Amino acid sequence: MYDKPRFLLAGDRGLLVEFGASIDPEINQKVRHIFLSLEKTPIDGVTEVIPTYRSILIFYDPFQSDPEGLKKEIVDRANSLDKWEFPPPKTTEIPVCYGDNFGPDLEFVAQHNNLTPEEVIQIHTSGTYLIYMLGFTPGFPFLGGLSESLFTPRLENPRQLVPAGSVGIANNQTGIYSVDSPGGWQLIGKTPIKLYDPTSPSPFLLKAGNYLRFTRISIKQFHEIASRYRD
Amino acid sequence: MEIFEVIQPGVYTTVQDSGRFSYQQFGVPVCGVVDSFAYRVANTLVGNFQGQAVLEATIFGPTLKVLNQGFIAVTGGNLSPLINNNPLPMWKSIAIHTDDILQFKGVKSGCRAYIAVAGGIDVPLVMGSRSTYVAGKIGGMKGRPLSAGDRLNRGREIAKAEGHVPSELIPLYPDDREICVILGPQDDYFSKGIEKFFTSTFKVSTKADRMGYRLEGNSIIHRGGIEKSIISEPSVPGGIQVPPDGQPIILLVEQTVGGYTKIATVISSDIGKVGQAKPGDRIRFRQVDIGEAHKILKEEEEKIELITKSLSR
Repeated sequence: MYDKPRFLLAGDRGLLVEFGASIDPEINQKVRHIFLSLEKTPIDGVTEVIPTYRSILIFYDPFQSDPEGLKKEIVDRANSLDKWEFPPPKTTEIPVCYGDNFGPDLEFVAQHNNLTPEEVIQIHTSGTYLIYMLGFTPGFPFLGGLSESLFTPRLENPRQLVPAGSVGIANNQTGIYSVDSPGGWQLIGKTPIKLYDPTSPSPFLLKAGNYLRFTRISIKQFHEIASRYRD
Repeated sequence: MEIFEVIQPGVYTTVQDSGRFSYQQFGVPVCGVVDSFAYRVANTLVGNFQGQAVLEATIFGPTLKVLNQGFIAVTGGNLSPLINNNPLPMWKSIAIHTDDILQFKGVKSGCRAYIAVAGGIDVPLVMGSRSTYVAGKIGGMKGRPLSAGDRLNRGREIAKAEGHVPSELIPLYPDDREICVILGPQDDYFSKGIEKFFTSTFKVSTKADRMGYRLEGNSIIHRGGIEKSIISEPSVPGGIQVPPDGQPIILLVEQTVGGYTKIATVISSDIGKVGQAKPGDRIRFRQVDIGEAHKILKEEEEKIELITKSLSR
C-alpha cells in the first residue's frame, strides 16, 4: 500500500488514482472505501467512477472540474476515511452444479492437481472469494482467493462459445462467465443464477469489493432455480 | 411513428446516442457514437436535443426506405449519400417524404456517417441509453446492428430547425491525420519508445472497430527491465495501449478494463478523428498538455454553439 495515493492522468477527462502496487485485499478495501465515499457524497463535476484491483478511475467534466482540485479532494478523503461509516462487505452465495456437461474440464483440473473431482469441488466450495473488480464482459467478476491446490493453466485452444453461468479456473483465478462468449478457462461447473440481466431494474448481482462463496447443488436443483427465472 | 424500413443494412450500422453512463463499474462500456462532434451537429441540424439517438453507418452505409415524412441530417464521413439516386447534401437539414430511398454509394472520405432524424431514433432505453452494445446484446435494435427488414421508429419532433453548417466549420477527414494526445498513464514504462511514438507514422490495420484500432508501424519498445503488462485497471476511450509486440492499439468506446500499458491517451475532441480513420489511413501523434487539451475542447463547444445559432428555428 502506498503512503499516499498516486495520481496519473488518463486523458483530458480521466484521473487515475492508485493506492498500491499489488493485488492485495487490503489495498482493494481502500479502493472500495474511496469508491463508496464517492457514491455516498459525490464530488461536483465527477461523472463516473470505476474501481479496480488497486486503482480507481475518476471521470470528470472538464467544464466543471479539474485534476488539481480532484487530487486535493481525494487526498483529503483518503486521510479521513475513519470518519465515514461503510457497510461491511456483502457475501453472495452462488449455487453451482459441478461436473458432467456443465463442467467438462472438472476431470482435467482434478488430474492436473492430483486430486479427485470430489476433492476439487470440496476445495472450490470451501473458499471465500473477494470480488476485486467487474469487467471483461458485463458483470464478470475478477476473484481473489482461489486455493493454490486448484491452479490450472488455461485451455490451449479456447472454446468458441462458453455459456453464461459457466464457472471456470484459469491459472490462479476462478470466475463466472456472465454472458455467452468465447473463452479459454477450464470449466468445472455452471450456476443457474444470472449475474447480468439487462432487463432487470438492478441488472447486476455482484459489486466490486464484496465477496462470494460457491455452494454445491444437484442437477435437479439447478433446473428448479433456472425455471424460476423463466416464470 | 415509423420512419425507415431497412432495405440493406450496410456493413455495420448501429443505433447510438451519447453513451451509457454509470455502469462501467459493472463492466458495461459507454458505447455511444465514436465521432461526437459530427453526432451533435447532426442532432442540432434537425432540432433534436443533445443525447437523442441516431444511426452510425460504417464505410458502406445502409439503404433505407422512408415510411413517413420527416427531417434528417447526414454528417460525419462522406459515404456518398444519395436520396432517390441524387446526391444528398451533407451537414444540412433535409426534408424527406414517404417512399424516398436514402442510400450510400461508397466512402469518399472518413469512415463513419451519422444519420439524425427529427425526433430521434426511438428504440427502448436499456440502462439509461439507446446505444447498441453488440457484445453485451443490449440497446439499439435488439442489441445488434441493423438488419434487412428492420423498421425503425422516430420519436416526436420537439423543435424545428433548418439550415446548414457553414463550410469553414465542416471538419475534413484526410487519409493522413495528426492526433493530439496527453502522455500517460504509463508513460514511465517507456524511455526511447516515447520519442519513437511521436516521430513515427502508423497505419490503421484491418483490425479497427468500435472497441479499438490496432495500428501497424515502428515497434514501441518498453524500457529495459520493466514488466510489459500491468495489473488490470480501468481504461478510457482514447487510451493507447502498447502490448508486448509494440504495435499500439487505440481504445475507443467498448472496453472498460485492460492490462496493457498505455503510453498516451487521445484527447477527447480527437477521438472522433480516430474513428473517422479507416484501414490503410495513416496516423501521427502530437503531444499536448492538459491545459491545451481543455482549450481545444472549449473551442469545439464554441463551434457547436456557433452552428446552433446559425440555424433558423
